[in-house]
Amino acid sequence: MVEIDYNEKVKDHFFNPRNVGEIKDADGVGTVGNPVCGDVMTIYIKVKNNIIIDIKFKTYGCAAAIASSSIATEMVKGKTLEEAEKLTRDDVAKELGGLPAVKMHCSNLASDALREAIKEYRKKQGK
Amino acid sequence: MKKVYLDYGATTPVDKDVLNEILPFFHERFGNASSIHSYGKEAFDAVENAREKVSDIINCKANEIVFTSGGTESDNLAIKGVAYINKDKRKTKGNHIITSAIEHPAVLETCRHLEKQGFNVKYLPVDKYGIVNTKDLEDAISANTFLVTIMYANNEIGTVEPIEELGKITKEHNVLFHTDAVQAITKISIDVIKLNIDLLSVSAHKIYGPKGTGALYVKNGIKLEPTAHGGGHEKGLRSSTLNTPGIVGIGKACEIGKKRMKKDTFYMKILRDKLIKNVLEIEESYLNGHPEKRLANNAHFRFTAVEGESLNLMLDDKGIAAATGSACSSKKLQTSHVLLAIGVNPKEAHGSIRFTLGKYTSKEEIEYVSDALPEIVKRLRKMSPLWNR
Repeated sequence: MVEIDYNEKVKDHFFNPRNVGEIKDADGVGTVGNPVCGDVMTIYIKVKNNIIIDIKFKTYGCAAAIASSSIATEMVKGKTLEEAEKLTRDDVAKELGGLPAVKMHCSNLASDALREAIKEYRKKQGK
Repeated sequence: MKKVYLDYGATTPVDKDVLNEILPFFHERFGNASSIHSYGKEAFDAVENAREKVSDIINCKANEIVFTSGGTESDNLAIKGVAYINKDKRKTKGNHIITSAIEHPAVLETCRHLEKQGFNVKYLPVDKYGIVNTKDLEDAISANTFLVTIMYANNEIGTVEPIEELGKITKEHNVLFHTDAVQAITKISIDVIKLNIDLLSVSAHKIYGPKGTGALYVKNGIKLEPTAHGGGHEKGLRSSTLNTPGIVGIGKACEIGKKRMKKDTFYMKILRDKLIKNVLEIEESYLNGHPEKRLANNAHFRFTAVEGESLNLMLDDKGIAAATGSACSSKKLQTSHVLLAIGVNPKEAHGSIRFTLGKYTSKEEIEYVSDALPEIVKRLRKMSPLWNR
């Protein structure tokens, strides 16, 4: 039954998550997931000159979901929106050094939430 | 680091007295209980002695005990064994089995398997505490019903079922009654005669015995179709060379369990209630299961906006071993069928955790957990977008 064996990097990001919290005056906020399925993630971004200068997250979910959120925020901080948008679930999982097979879907959330946040930012800009 | 084991519902350490009793049967007294020479006789006597001890804890005759490889096999043998005998004998009549929605997978999956073979299975609902309504059983029994299988006490939330009342109903309707007593044995005094139980499953490793050994009580006169065919061991019900060390182990575990039952359950209940009281002081925390009609060693909680796997891992990081009902940590990523059956919102079910105490649990350990848990819940809630308080 122990198919869920997390590597040290995943554990590190789970026990010491980076960029946890909210950004009160965020430029973009994206929430994905469903509490019924057991994971919800919100990502807050602050954008300046097309670059993500600050990013925070809040995640309700398993260790894989929390670690994915944490590492994804690290990966895109300081990146342009175009670069950040290209982040895929595989990039997140790879950066974590792999996730248990049944947990691969968790890395989806991070990239999806980020794209939602960027979408919201652009929508606001369009106004 | 301090280590606190509160997952006795998953498995228990082998009691040292049990271990000492088992050890000679690996090397010195290794005989095959079926052999007629002195080596065989020695093993045979040990097995029969164990059979006495197992029968003694549930008040049946020694010859009504069949040794198996564990609780799962006992459940399979009981349910399939009765079902297949009935299939042959009554063809179309007698194809109805009644069980509950909160059974262990060993029972549920066996029933589902039988459904595929043409049997009809009724899964009785339970109330918000996990208790089967006796009236529901009464209503569900028809002329076609040949077996009722309802667990003695639930493995997840610890709820104890009204076995005596259920047994009265099955007896009245002349229907066989099987109960999975894997979690209940040694924690509740069981008398199969008084309770009208026809078949009862137990497992050694939940009661300080070794893994890989179980037993099934089969009331004399009840016919079962064997699930394993071969050399005809265990009255032909379970062929396979007898696992003498394991059987000696379950015998000794039952003997000790019976002797210590009162003392151990009294003591575990005090500690469990202390844990429940402490944990429920955490904001938006809830006890799953019944406040009184629960196993002496079970405390099962849920916390709003906290996910169970994360909670479990953070506890583990503090050296605390518990079990989670979180879908995220289950094999199939499915929410616990027990929590859904008692009406817990799927959203809330993910935040569940089970602590199961044992006879080695100390007051200090309960205090350690009581201190660690609020901090962990707070930490996870701080990260959770679902927590806005």
